[in-house]
Amino acid sequence: MATVAECSKELHVLAVDDSYVDRKLIERLLQISSCKVTAVESGTRALQYLGLDGEQSNVGFDALKVNLIITDYTMPGMTGYELLKKIKESSVFREVPVVIMSSEDVLTQIDSCLEEGAEEYIVKPVKLSDVKRLKDHIMRGEPQANGKSGLLKRKLIDDIQASSVPLSFSSSVACDLESSQLPSSLSSPNCPFKRPKLL
Amino acid sequence: MDVVSQLQKQFIDFSSSLYREGYVDDQFSQLHKLQDESSPDFVVEVASLFFDDAEKLINSMARALEQPCVDFKQVDSHVHQLKGSSSSIGALRVKNVCIAFRSFCDAQNREGCMRCLQQVSHEYTMLKSKLQTLFRMEQQILAAGGSVPLE
Repeated sequence: MATVAECSKELHVLAVDDSYVDRKLIERLLQISSCKVTAVESGTRALQYLGLDGEQSNVGFDALKVNLIITDYTMPGMTGYELLKKIKESSVFREVPVVIMSSEDVLTQIDSCLEEGAEEYIVKPVKLSDVKRLKDHIMRGEPQANGKSGLLKRKLIDDIQASSVPLSFSSSVACDLESSQLPSSLSSPNCPFKRPKLL
Repeated sequence: MDVVSQLQKQFIDFSSSLYREGYVDDQFSQLHKLQDESSPDFVVEVASLFFDDAEKLINSMARALEQPCVDFKQVDSHVHQLKGSSSSIGALRVKNVCIAFRSFCDAQNREGCMRCLQQVSHEYTMLKSKLQTLFRMEQQILAAGGSVPLE
């Protein structure tokens, strides 16, 4: 049974994606998961919204309440990775979890995002189950930096890199503590991800 | 069989064929989970965005490939975008052509790219036609007072 505090806390998400289709999709995924969404089409616009664009503008009241930033990786101009770095450099927003979405399941890319402090890396297309899991994770307030989940993600990446078996990967790498175990077989139904592709 | 049941059966048959023939995959059915009373036309809206996006991208690819000195990175960028949006909407055949297309861009193979362009254009046209038929069938069911069958 949710507490009063949980019921009244509505996640405000800033979604960043240059694709019209993907922006509409992520917006709807978040709305249907009872999140308030602000969707923008570029990293530059995202920084403007957050008041981090170097202009002497005051950050909007709404922007201060952003609980989660979810951004596409590959975007013209500023990439999601560059946006992630800028957010982590900000004293105001560095604690806000940042999730990266990408159609590329390149291990080095995933790794560098997680190293830079991304909360999760979700391989597109994003599904309702991804958003639900993400929301639960955020609402439980598990920080990536110090929490065990961050260490576990690190270990999983290392183990995957050490493996010599060619793997294929179709879903989010990061899993929270309850559901994560290194899969011993490719067909493990409980593991939320399949193997990443080694390049 | 009354009119509504007949229309519903035709709809189910047609919808199944789209999945069976690989025009769409599970992601397309995922989109339907996002449609409800607060967003009753979501699937049609996303599909429309996809059609606009795809047409623009295919035209851009064509223009880039027509240049005397082809900028393959530019072509690849357009294909990457189309691959992304087709994946998001569940347009499986279009996505698969994009995957092959990217290999030809990497190899800077103009002929291979031209073939893929033709193929992607064909697959896109087929998909658009199929989806428009599907949406029309939905409208007919609703107009006849019935409800659209779920998966």
